[in-house]
Amino acid sequence: MTARIGVVTFPGSLDDRDTQRAIRIAGAEPVALWHKDKDLKQVDAVVLCGGFSYGDYLRAGAIARFSPVMDSLIEQAKAGLPVLGICNGFQILTEAHLLPGAMLGNDHLHFICRDQKLRVENAETSWTGDYRAGQEIHIPLKNMDGRYVADQYTLDKLEAEGRVAFRYLDFNPNGSLNDIAGITNEAGNVVGLMPHPEHAVEPLIGTGRTDGLPFFTSILKKLVNA
Amino acid sequence: MARVVVDVMLKPEILDPQGQAVQRALPRLGFEGISDVRQGKRFELEVDGPVDEAALARIHDLAESFLANTVIEDFVVKVEDPAEVAEAAK
Repeated sequence: MTARIGVVTFPGSLDDRDTQRAIRIAGAEPVALWHKDKDLKQVDAVVLCGGFSYGDYLRAGAIARFSPVMDSLIEQAKAGLPVLGICNGFQILTEAHLLPGAMLGNDHLHFICRDQKLRVENAETSWTGDYRAGQEIHIPLKNMDGRYVADQYTLDKLEAEGRVAFRYLDFNPNGSLNDIAGITNEAGNVVGLMPHPEHAVEPLIGTGRTDGLPFFTSILKKLVNA
Repeated sequence: MARVVVDVMLKPEILDPQGQAVQRALPRLGFEGISDVRQGKRFELEVDGPVDEAALARIHDLAESFLANTVIEDFVVKVEDPAEVAEAAK
């Protein structure tokens, strides 16, 4: 038996199918979850995918955060359920306070879409075990609201505890403080990042590399070996 | 019916590139002497029934948990004077 990984679809989600596909390519079983359902269908982990849930109205992720599915997800994430938030999913996780800080509009005020170089800073989370700390990877980035902000106390704490999971290299695409591309919670089960690993799992598409695939193989190994 | 207004502003230490873009456009439009612009959000809530302490407390909770993200934003709740609203509608 393999691991069952849920992918939540909100109104305005874009990358749910790509995320399901990435999970399948990694060898796990994707399970479609619907924002109106409280039921997580007993999945072993959940991915909140990219897109523009509720049109990014109010603030990116602010309305999705109050969806029925989020009640169960927040409760279970606090109890250790592995959750990965990609792009809009990262925004939803900060709005739900499962991850500290907040996401704001890119400092240059434009949508950005590019192949982004990142450094993996923490290879010990549930979602990064198949990377090496310090490894440099290229995965696509596409967003409007990618500027990570937090107060100085939170930033210092994240840095001191090794909870900056990914950092932008060579170019900061959105004005994120400390070049932060992704962070983890204290327990390492909840991870959020702006770039899109699910778009870099096959050599034919994305960056032409499979640098995003280890996200999905990491969690599979973690769950199967658990 | 009464109106309660919730004003939401980015905290002073948070960079506001939209406000900066507005500020930079001002000299081109012939507006001089404005050194800074910060852009925020205003919510106008039409409240059924009396705006008593309990109602205001609920709106405060709503603003704190939903209308504003207090990690990055501050908010102010105020009851709009009905007389002023009526005057403005004329």
